[in-house]
Amino acid sequence: MSSSAAAATAAIPSIPRDDDGPVFRAPWEAQAFAMALTLHDRGVFTWPEWAAALADEIKRAQAAGDPDTGETYYLHWLATLEGLVARKGVASMDTLHRYRDAWDHAADRTPHGKPIELRDEDFG
Amino acid sequence: MAWIEIRPHLVCCMTADRRASTATDQSAYLPAMSHDHSHHDHDHSELSETELRVRALETVLTEKGYVEPAALDAIIQAYETKIGPHNGARVVAKAWTDPAFKKALLEDGSKAIGTLGHVSRVGDHLVVVENTPQRHNMVVCTLCSCYPWEMLGLPPVWYKASPYRSRAVKDPRGVLADFGVSVPDAIEIRVWDSTAETRFLVLPMRPAGTEGWSEAQLAELVTRDSMIGTGFPRTPGAPS
Repeated sequence: MSSSAAAATAAIPSIPRDDDGPVFRAPWEAQAFAMALTLHDRGVFTWPEWAAALADEIKRAQAAGDPDTGETYYLHWLATLEGLVARKGVASMDTLHRYRDAWDHAADRTPHGKPIELRDEDFG
Repeated sequence: MAWIEIRPHLVCCMTADRRASTATDQSAYLPAMSHDHSHHDHDHSELSETELRVRALETVLTEKGYVEPAALDAIIQAYETKIGPHNGARVVAKAWTDPAFKKALLEDGSKAIGTLGHVSRVGDHLVVVENTPQRHNMVVCTLCSCYPWEMLGLPPVWYKASPYRSRAVKDPRGVLADFGVSVPDAIEIRVWDSTAETRFLVLPMRPAGTEGWSEAQLAELVTRDSMIGTGFPRTPGAPS
């Protein structure tokens, strides 16, 4: 485990892990984890800040009926990431939505089996 | 091994991924953003709602200079075995010990795997191809990095890299040699090119000297690479 990852798992006890460190159930979960690690290392937030934001997110989800079985952990992680990116002025929610829609557009116009690439035309 | 790394995120088409994550992501969590396309029409690529959000974040953060894709990959790579090939290894070990399951597995991989309670998510079109004394199978996706990650964990970086993708079809023996795998000329090598809809899992040959072994013991011998076809299972007594 990298020292950054070790610091993250020490600061965020809820991260699903085994003896060697974090475990992921899907590639995107590892991507979301890696992005948080990188933003932390860039000083965008501290781990205590992150932990508080993640706890809020999980509380909110539970209030809305999330079963809290661990299956949705990285969905909360991703929402926390989006929220902090917006709150810290890195990129607004509007920007994130615009890029999300652009990727969706890119996927829709790409025949399956071809690489999906984001182009200017995907930003409607 | 010295594959040149390329960015995987701009080159993938994981339709099955969308299916796999739909149940939890969209219905439970993102009602406002969910917009389920018809899955009967497969002439375009699809990304799951979650994948779209992850890509959006990564693109924005990269453009703003907060993250470097190569650095992200380095972090991810450290965990590429962490989803683990355990599910795939159990499926292979069961096929080695249970002829009826093996038959069902080769007929319809997704359906057979679905009958095992412990494997929760698998794409709809997982095809299992069997290695035999006459034929060695290997799997590649020449256009993207489609990969049965529910079975094998995160894809290794080399699988997503251009040299592997482009050379595997043209020169499979050369690629295998780079992995230290030598397949005698008498054995046919079949390369399976994954698509968004169909993904492949290699059923390697059961190692000699494992008569009477339990499924759990056998599963320990099954490596990730042996299920991609770029390696063989461990042999009994070899260090794991």
